[in-house]
Amino acid sequence: MVQKLNTLVETPSQTAGPYVHIGCIPSFAGIEGIYPEDLGKSPIAEGAKGEIITISGSIFDGTGWTMRDAMFESWQPDAAGRFAGQDGADPKVNGFCRLAADKDTGEFTLRTIKPGAVRTRDGKTMAPHISLWIVARGINIGLNTRIYFDDEDNSADPLLARIEQRQRVETLIAKKVADGQYRFDVRLQGERETVFLDL
Amino acid sequence: MSDTTVLIPRRREMHPVSRDSDYKTSIPRSPSLPLLSMESTPSEETGPRFGHGLIGALDNNLISNFTQGKALAIGERIRVHGRVLDETGRAVPHALVEIWQANAGGRYRHIKDTYFASLDPSFGGCGRTITDENGYYEFMTIRPGAYPWPNRANDWRPMHIHFSIFGHAFGQRLISQMYFEGDPLINHCPIAATIKDRSQLDTLVAPLDLQNSRPMDYLAYKFDIVLRGCRQTMFENKMEGM
Repeated sequence: MVQKLNTLVETPSQTAGPYVHIGCIPSFAGIEGIYPEDLGKSPIAEGAKGEIITISGSIFDGTGWTMRDAMFESWQPDAAGRFAGQDGADPKVNGFCRLAADKDTGEFTLRTIKPGAVRTRDGKTMAPHISLWIVARGINIGLNTRIYFDDEDNSADPLLARIEQRQRVETLIAKKVADGQYRFDVRLQGERETVFLDL
Repeated sequence: MSDTTVLIPRRREMHPVSRDSDYKTSIPRSPSLPLLSMESTPSEETGPRFGHGLIGALDNNLISNFTQGKALAIGERIRVHGRVLDETGRAVPHALVEIWQANAGGRYRHIKDTYFASLDPSFGGCGRTITDENGYYEFMTIRPGAYPWPNRANDWRPMHIHFSIFGHAFGQRLISQMYFEGDPLINHCPIAATIKDRSQLDTLVAPLDLQNSRPMDYLAYKFDIVLRGCRQTMFENKMEGM
């Protein structure tokens, strides 16, 4: 016999199901009047420092169909790379957003500011990115990924550097389509399957 | 240098498999390639904070929050309560817990739910609260009904309440479901069965908690939740390899 570790096991995930909106963004489900407003409506408030950008995209299932029922959460630092609550962080950037894919088209649009670079604890600099968490019916545990930007220098990013098949790096990089506008599609399977993360 | 702490890597084998032929929608919606694993970074170790000021007086009472107290939802009155802990056994205070569920007849109030069980005019189906200093939370609600769903020819969901939990780090984010002790449909449910470790599925089944029930009013069910923890060490604030 040995000593007991006294650790617990994380509660197992279950799918968010088709009605995740009821609990997380009830007005999308048609439920009004319980909360003053949905949580995570915008990651920024008026006056946030930095470049205002919009990122539009869709999530495609393995058949190429655009998912209409997915919900995303995004998390990011301010334009200087500080997260809400850290010293000196921009008080106009809470950094958190909840988004539903459009129920008819599956499109989503995230309006935010371009995030700043963040250093890891061993002193490496991560290229500017937004963390994304995706849940939906059929997804048994939420999918983590990141949105990088094609007009930033991503060459030294420690996470992108770990992707062996270099052609897959582009699945994490939003494409600039106009000033302040980017396109970022997520593919759950297929030739250009998005790199999903376990970290 | 960051002021955050490394998250303990997720034990994926303790979670559901992402692809399971008995849960048909998981087939086109599960990644086919392996996840990219890496030690957590400040992007995962930080997260939004939600204050108690966010929570309205009726937010955790699904029996009365849809009508703002004017009428009570139909169904067996229950209290669902428990603690949010992390893998090291410590309480997680100020965690945001959001729940949603079907009404007593098994119908959700959602634009896309077309099941012919009636909507309850006094039931919305969502609630939220924030854990106290000891990680404790509670809800008042009604027992949700079981309902059929389009999967295999005759699949039914056991009674369940969906839980969304926000700890302190974005990388702790978790959505799960609470089942009820004694529900025979649990053993027939292909969604519950995506969890292959039976002892892990058992952690989603809330026991009847008579001691915390109130005579002539409600039954209680206890549901504790464990989030990912942080690695505890004094060596963490040094450059790699030092």
